[in-house]
Amino acid sequence: MENIQETEHIEAFTSKDLETDQEVRWCPGCGDYSILKQVQTVVPKLGLKRENIVFISGIGCSSRFPYYMETYGMHSIHGRATAIASGLKISRPELSVWIVTGDGDALSIGGNHFIHLLRRNPDVNILLFNNQIYGLTKGQYSPTSVEGQVTKSSPLGVLDHPFNPLALSLGAEASFVARTMDRDPKHLQATLHRAAAFKGASMLEIYQNCNVFNDGAFFIYTDKETKAASAIFVEEGKPLVFGENQNKGIRFNNGKPEIVDLTEGKFGISDLWVHDEQDPYKANLLSRFYDHPSEPGHFPRPFGVIYAKERRTYENIVHDQLDFAKEKMGLGDLDALIKGKQTWEIAD
Amino acid sequence: MTTKERINIDDVVIRFAGDSGDGIQLIGTEFTNATALSQNDLGTFPDFPAEIRAPAGTLAGVSGYQIHFGSNEIHTPGDLCDVLVVMNAAALKKNLSNLKKPGIIIANEDGFDAKNLRLAGIADEENPIKNNSLDGYKVYIIPITKITRESLKASGLGTKEMDRSKNMFILGLICWMYQRPLAPSIEETKRRFAKNPAVLEANLKVLNAGFNYGETAEIIEEKFKVAPAKMKPGVYRGITGNAATALGLVAASVKSGLPLFYGSYPITPASDILHELAKQKNFGVITFQAEDEIAAISSAIGASYGGSLGVTASSGPGIDLKSEAMGLAVMLELPLVIINVQRAGPSTGMPTKTEQADLLLSFYGRHGEAPMPILAANSPTDCFDTIYEAARLAVEFMTPVTFLSDGYIANGAEPWRFPQTADLKGFKINLATSKDISDNKYYPYMRDERLVRTWALPGTPGLENRIGGIEKEDITGNISYDPKNHEKMVHIRAQKIANIADFIPLQALDSGPEKGKVLILGWGSTYGTIKTACQELKKEGIEVSHAHLKYMNPMPKNLGEILSSFDKVLIPEMNMGQLLMLIRAKFMIPAIGYSKVRGLPFSTHDIVDKVKEIL
Ligand code: SF4
Repeated sequence: MENIQETEHIEAFTSKDLETDQEVRWCPGCGDYSILKQVQTVVPKLGLKRENIVFISGIGCSSRFPYYMETYGMHSIHGRATAIASGLKISRPELSVWIVTGDGDALSIGGNHFIHLLRRNPDVNILLFNNQIYGLTKGQYSPTSVEGQVTKSSPLGVLDHPFNPLALSLGAEASFVARTMDRDPKHLQATLHRAAAFKGASMLEIYQNCNVFNDGAFFIYTDKETKAASAIFVEEGKPLVFGENQNKGIRFNNGKPEIVDLTEGKFGISDLWVHDEQDPYKANLLSRFYDHPSEPGHFPRPFGVIYAKERRTYENIVHDQLDFAKEKMGLGDLDALIKGKQTWEIAD
Repeated sequence: MTTKERINIDDVVIRFAGDSGDGIQLIGTEFTNATALSQNDLGTFPDFPAEIRAPAGTLAGVSGYQIHFGSNEIHTPGDLCDVLVVMNAAALKKNLSNLKKPGIIIANEDGFDAKNLRLAGIADEENPIKNNSLDGYKVYIIPITKITRESLKASGLGTKEMDRSKNMFILGLICWMYQRPLAPSIEETKRRFAKNPAVLEANLKVLNAGFNYGETAEIIEEKFKVAPAKMKPGVYRGITGNAATALGLVAASVKSGLPLFYGSYPITPASDILHELAKQKNFGVITFQAEDEIAAISSAIGASYGGSLGVTASSGPGIDLKSEAMGLAVMLELPLVIINVQRAGPSTGMPTKTEQADLLLSFYGRHGEAPMPILAANSPTDCFDTIYEAARLAVEFMTPVTFLSDGYIANGAEPWRFPQTADLKGFKINLATSKDISDNKYYPYMRDERLVRTWALPGTPGLENRIGGIEKEDITGNISYDPKNHEKMVHIRAQKIANIADFIPLQALDSGPEKGKVLILGWGSTYGTIKTACQELKKEGIEVSHAHLKYMNPMPKNLGEILSSFDKVLIPEMNMGQLLMLIRAKFMIPAIGYSKVRGLPFSTHDIVDKVKEIL
């Protein structure tokens, strides 16, 4: 018994063990620091061997991430981390593969790989740092920048309608979709945990403050005065309530979501929409809560796990098919393959 | 005529042509199999129409398949054909210029009706099988469609279905003319229509009808005998370049023990490699049909990072798209094989037509100084050896390697005296182990005396490290913007590739004296044509030498010495002079270029004439 325990023993490592000798080079005050800290906090708790963890990133501020994680890591090229990670995970299913990407990396230059990864559903974790700006190239608008946003490349305001990353992911058949933010470490930690534990492609959007080029883009969801009315934290099996002292809720009125006041006595908790992570229809509706907070009557922005329903992971079906072929055709015999079906002999 | 003796001939070139819906490629391939089993040496050239579904009966829809076989060594599919088989007017119009005079024409009379003439743009009164425009050829006009329908009268099939088997009549007839066995075609037909007995029976019936037509109708006046070729003793099979490429990859995977990961996006003319590999899952081969060319190579890089033999393949436009990721692989110093089955460019160019115009792209088509080894296959069967060698160099030297083939050899077939697995070279793999840890650290860019780094596979305890596309510090691999370090790393990466010259064979002459007036220096798919041209020249008393490059980068160490032993160096290429430019620059010699950019291979007489011109 003791022996078995000995061999199965997973060498415990701590958050400290995940720090590298590299100086962290993000701007002071950048939201990336908080995310790094929470990832370093969560990863040791996952029961993984450190050598089995791989962080792969593309290009952008967030993509420096692997250099700060004492695991295996690759800082690749713009937009391609998802494709590289797919190849790695498919060929090495036992590895824990993490993708660190940003709004430009994942949704603009790497948009194609992003959606195709989600539909295939390998068991990887995508951490999408969304700061609604290009930071590394010093302040151009990104595919999630809001209309009218003034940036270096849009001095008169952004004209492009932004992507809605959660709706995009659900549209791409994602099996796990969640949103959290850098400035809420507790929620960040809990949601990271959920994303890591999920078997399948987890798409975790993390609102991340770029204090240099787009400071305060998401403060409305964290500041005391505005948070309650602007953000809604969804939890499995719980009714959708938000607002000052949880005074508001969301119910279905003839199939449409509607904000109701819980203090008037007309509606109570039992009238409300109950969050069901496995319900794709509800998830789609929730993902549509994406109005700009300045719009009158807007829905609060949802945070938490919006959708989580496991289906077969890509690497599993790939290897099942290999096993099936080996079983059906027998292990490959190279000489027989090279010889082919028809041969002839030329004698001496 | 059945009593008449067969005429002995050394070799013959037959061209089958018809509408792309006529099953020309199929009977070409079947006839090739039968010919291979008759122990002739052979070369083939499938000439696909540009459009997949061009309107039936039009010139654009004509599909061709040329085979050259004989009792001598055959290195090309032949220039002009001796026999032209045409299913309709368009096929004749398009191919008549490829026929020797006097040659044999076998035409399907039913393909020359008013409708077919109109589609081919021929006026009724100019119907070539009715006027005397084909005088000087031996012409056999056979109502193939009619005979097919007649023989299937009792089959219960509709006219459309009956007509679909008319290609089998041709196959049967030509097999009779050249004394080929029907058995392999019967086997293959049985396999193909195993689920459709009615169609199977119809095809076999028409196949026999074609054979018997020759035997009994006494219309075809000649039948031939081509003796088995005096080839090296051994066991042979037939194979196309793309199939040989796929087998070479499986062989490399088995011999190295590295699982094969093939990331690819469909593209002409490389897709057949994907199709072949997708059948080899019982070898543990993973084929990943990616969302685009970039994902195809990126996924292969990811797999290589994890310890697989990562391979990606494409052609022209797809290779352009992969270039950024190729640069990443250069920087990461991971094994990767990039297959480029070249086709005529630029842009979409002519997807079904061949060209060799990506040599400089392979050398220089990436930003920054990004060298990688480049190998070029010279024939369909050589694709096996060359891709295997490309994979071996990639793994042993921790580098991406480009393998060049082209549409001509990718689709062409020839007999293959295939190797035994035991005879294939082994792989030395530079896996990093705990031995590579010094002062508690693993240094990913520590190198051996060849300048090759080690391969640290995720999952190995203690070797956790970070690599990436940003310039890295020598040894540690940490990000570095230090000017001197960058210069050092650029030189190291270049030297590492240059050093490979110490590990590859010296350049040998394929034929001809070691010194002399003219050396023909070729590369890639021009091999067979140049070889044949040299043989023809020799028959005429003109002796030239021929060297054919396989290792394009780095080039063999003795190449300069060979080049300097000749008064003139002629470099024929299916491009505007790309190897020519490299040779002139590297060796400062006034090499003479000869280019052909028509989407077609050189013909033997092209080369023969050019040599005579420069002598
Ligand atoms: S530019 Fe913005 S996102 Fe980038 S490191 Fe600085 S604060 Fe962070």
